[in-house]
Amino acid sequence: MAKSLQNQRIAIVGVDESDEIGIVPNKSPLQLHAEAAYNALADAGLSIKDVDGLFTAGPFSTLVVAEYLGIEPRFTDSTSVGGSSFVIHLAHAVAAIRQGYCRVALITHGESGRSARARPPIFQGLPDSQYEVPYGIIGAPIRYSLACMRYMHQYGEDRTRQGLAEIAVATRKWAQLNPKALMRDPLTFEDYHNSRWISYPFHLYDCCLVTDAGGAVVVTTEEVARSCRKPPVWILGAAEGHDHNMISTMPDLTRTIAYRTGPAAFERAGVTHDDIDLAMIYDSFTYTVLVTLESLGFCGPGEGPDFVAGQRTAPGGDFPMNTNGGGLSYTHSGMYGVFLILEAVRQLRGECGARQVMHKKDKSQHAKVALVHGTGGSLSSCGTAILARD
Amino acid sequence: MTQAEHRPLPLPQPESDFYWEKCRQHELWLRKCNDCQKAYFYPRDICPHCFSRKTTWVKASGRGTLYTYAIVYRPPSPAFRDKVPYVVALVELEEGPRMPTNLVGIEPDPAKIKIGMPVMVDFEDVSETISLPVFRPADSA
Repeated sequence: MAKSLQNQRIAIVGVDESDEIGIVPNKSPLQLHAEAAYNALADAGLSIKDVDGLFTAGPFSTLVVAEYLGIEPRFTDSTSVGGSSFVIHLAHAVAAIRQGYCRVALITHGESGRSARARPPIFQGLPDSQYEVPYGIIGAPIRYSLACMRYMHQYGEDRTRQGLAEIAVATRKWAQLNPKALMRDPLTFEDYHNSRWISYPFHLYDCCLVTDAGGAVVVTTEEVARSCRKPPVWILGAAEGHDHNMISTMPDLTRTIAYRTGPAAFERAGVTHDDIDLAMIYDSFTYTVLVTLESLGFCGPGEGPDFVAGQRTAPGGDFPMNTNGGGLSYTHSGMYGVFLILEAVRQLRGECGARQVMHKKDKSQHAKVALVHGTGGSLSSCGTAILARD
Repeated sequence: MTQAEHRPLPLPQPESDFYWEKCRQHELWLRKCNDCQKAYFYPRDICPHCFSRKTTWVKASGRGTLYTYAIVYRPPSPAFRDKVPYVVALVELEEGPRMPTNLVGIEPDPAKIKIGMPVMVDFEDVSETISLPVFRPADSA
């Protein structure tokens, strides 16, 4: 059994959000997990009874989530390395399914980033609590802005600033085409440049939203996939890694470990950058996108601002990116990575209506190959996955 | 209560008691590896560069250069409400390692703060037992 599975292709067969996303004070984080799981299984045409592998990240381990869902999984993975975790779960699910450890893997996320009634306590003895927090180096905007400032120093402040603005404006244009996006008003370059400082060099519009949302993904064997409601989206290749935790220990503030996960995922998938119809790049901040595009090898170090120039990543541009409106304008619950997968799968199924991306090599068909890249922690952890339809 | 009492303070651990005790005496000490000869931050017994256990404490000169910074406008917690705008920074120490800190003694103005500028350690007494190493422009010391 396990031997034949080694050669089987592994597919994503179900994806969905919780019933509501955005500002949802009337639902607990676990409710968001459960609703998303329910909806994703319905999307797949599978039952909760089919699920034998459970994957989740965040303050609740699979112990908490499995009990809440009423399941007894035989394979569990609570890998929690920030917002990239769910992309990393894809890689782990492929490995577990190919090894026969589980057959139907459910990945769930639920987080009340905006409306939570309480936050988990922090252990003051951890290195970041000892060496960063006392200085007010607290939270993602401040930590990421330290990295961005170094980038600006190395590659030029004005051209970097323009690149960040291009990303913010282009992403909002996609959000305007997504009914589920929270921020759908037009955003101009002027709006971007005039927005208030959060942590210089970050303007307000360099920063993602803070929302409440759940998302879930169902992964299974080719055999099961063939009996599901919708066409399978294959996980062609995936890779993960991290190279630091605290921003102050990041080896190079202008390059993430995507420089390793990108090439590894491409090699495993057997495709190249030119094959990518759609890129879903974690956008906790505009800078996250810039540094990730370079680290993944879409362009060279310092070339990100030129790469995104002229609204190239916006609707109609030749590099469609973050087509759901991203963490910047659609939703960002805190650990956003699962939503990258949702959008890539929907695009590869041709379900995206006004924002549907087409196949680069045959414009009469919808998108065929997507790259999904999650970044977590303080630019710390990365997961890359290449997905494709038949 | 004073603002200092609200401020999040480090909880020293067995491996960092010495570091924080020296900070209280307004001295900055680093761990250094006797095998690979690299000094490193933050303090831990085993060298993060070569995993050697032959490590020791060395007193830092306190001199360094500004590696990067940010100016915080939106307070990340109520304890910092009265402090904004304040400057967070990474300083590259003369001995090699980079450390997180605050840049003080200079206006929070990008026109005045220059990456690469020489800086010198100073200490801010934030409680009876905790003094935080901060950095100020070297020419203002």
